Amino acid sequence: MKLPRFSRKTLCIPYAVFLVFFVVLPMLVIFFYAFTDENLHPSFGAFIKFFSDPTKLSTIVYSLVIALITTILCLLIAYPVAYILARSKMKKKFIILMLFVLPMWINFVLRVNAIRELFNLLASLKGMGWLASANYFKTVFGMVYDFLPFMILPLYTTMLKIDNSLYEASADLGASAATTFFRVTVPLSMPGIMSGVTMVFLPSMTNYVVSDMLGNAKVTIIGKFISDYFGNDWHMGSMIALVLLVVVFLSTWLSGGFKSEENVRGTSL
Amino acid sequence: MNKHTLRNKCLKAFFIGLVLVILYLPILLLAIYSFDKTNMIGKFEGFSLTHYRALFTDSKVLGMIGNTFLLAFLAAVLSTVLGTVGAIGMFYCKKRMKAVIHGVSQIPVINAEIVTALALAVTFVLIGLKTSYFTLLIGHMVICTPFVVLSVMPKLKQMDNSLYEAALDLGASPFKAIMKVVLPQIIPGVISGFMLAVTLSLDDYIVTMYTRPAGFETISTYVYNATTKGNAHTAVTLSSFWALTTIIFVVIVLFVLISNLSGLKKRREDR
Repeated sequence: MKLPRFSRKTLCIPYAVFLVFFVVLPMLVIFFYAFTDENLHPSFGAFIKFFSDPTKLSTIVYSLVIALITTILCLLIAYPVAYILARSKMKKKFIILMLFVLPMWINFVLRVNAIRELFNLLASLKGMGWLASANYFKTVFGMVYDFLPFMILPLYTTMLKIDNSLYEASADLGASAATTFFRVTVPLSMPGIMSGVTMVFLPSMTNYVVSDMLGNAKVTIIGKFISDYFGNDWHMGSMIALVLLVVVFLSTWLSGGFKSEENVRGTSL
Repeated sequence: MNKHTLRNKCLKAFFIGLVLVILYLPILLLAIYSFDKTNMIGKFEGFSLTHYRALFTDSKVLGMIGNTFLLAFLAAVLSTVLGTVGAIGMFYCKKRMKAVIHGVSQIPVINAEIVTALALAVTFVLIGLKTSYFTLLIGHMVICTPFVVLSVMPKLKQMDNSLYEAALDLGASPFKAIMKVVLPQIIPGVISGFMLAVTLSLDDYIVTMYTRPAGFETISTYVYNATTKGNAHTAVTLSSFWALTTIIFVVIVLFVLISNLSGLKKRREDR
């Protein structure tokens, strides 16, 4: 008797099983805990408690604000960097780009530790004492520092693809430098902006390592919130995780929508 | 060159330089103080290699470094095998099946790490798995494998599919054809997936924190705890990690510079 024929499709079985057990199942478990009470009976208790508690809602809003500020600052710094590098005629501009990415090779937590030490040193200088308690400033600085490469790289790659003749054509047709920038560079680099924004916005809303280490435990973002609840109330922890999940998927879906529209426009050209 | 463009150039160089200086200031500070006799930042007491010596002699430091790198290596190898095999399988699946697996595979990529970590931890408790090295490995594989799939997939799409058919026509078994024909064509994607997995695992704090067995410390978990609730004792170990970071960073900078310069040279020779 012959063995069943080996099929290439069967190769996906181990990964599919892995995903079912360690990705799909955990999501279902979160969902289950979010809508049950201590006796594991179905309940909207956590849901109601969450949406009627002003402190929880304000934490979410202010996580969003911190993430928004971080993202805007990253964009304001990364856009000129990517633009200058992408349009530079320097032969070794790749090395300069690498300089922006290299710090990522240092352990993330150690990098934040280094920023903390730098701030401690600065705060001990004369007239810089205000830094010691500037928890929000330090948190946002740390986040911008850590997530900047995620913004620079996609921007640089999309700007590199912009055909130089488009700039020349725009100038020949009488557009000023500013008009060229806003009507040629910005629209054509939109896919890079979108992927950079998602790559910075989501972690800066949830990565509590930075806010914990630099904010002196005074800055509570939504990620920290979940981990605090994990210790005593799984149902509430799961509910917040579920809300975060919805926010994350909504924002990805929205930016994904932008991206596919961009692609459609790109192919129609 | 007229005055205007010169001023423009200077402004551009100044901006790039300023961002780079701010970017490297903390790292520089850390590197300088890794050579300090004491372990307090702020006052430099004298040049010493104490912290570098501790890297090779302090068993606690060595243990944590070993833990971190062994875990990253194991997680990356397992994720690369699982992800590569999975990506090849997915590539040949029917369209709908492919979309479903791909969609699920994206979840850990876009999800907040804390949500992934919490969900895994709760699930482990629910199915009666105590946190152990096994759960830690699973946790790291969950965050690494999707990135391996993402870096292998484009290579599969670029692959010349007729070569596989040709191998079958010439009498190779499907398994042999995959090993000898498909794999060599996607190997760049596999390697970059592996590298990505290593860096993701090395950097991870949140998932490690939720899935590690009691008493298991990586560099990340130790530094986090030492920074948020540190004492004089932890400061000594922290300084050793600064020393380690300095060494790793110098090696990487040298590697990048040398590979770039030799690349330039080669290109020139090719011409």
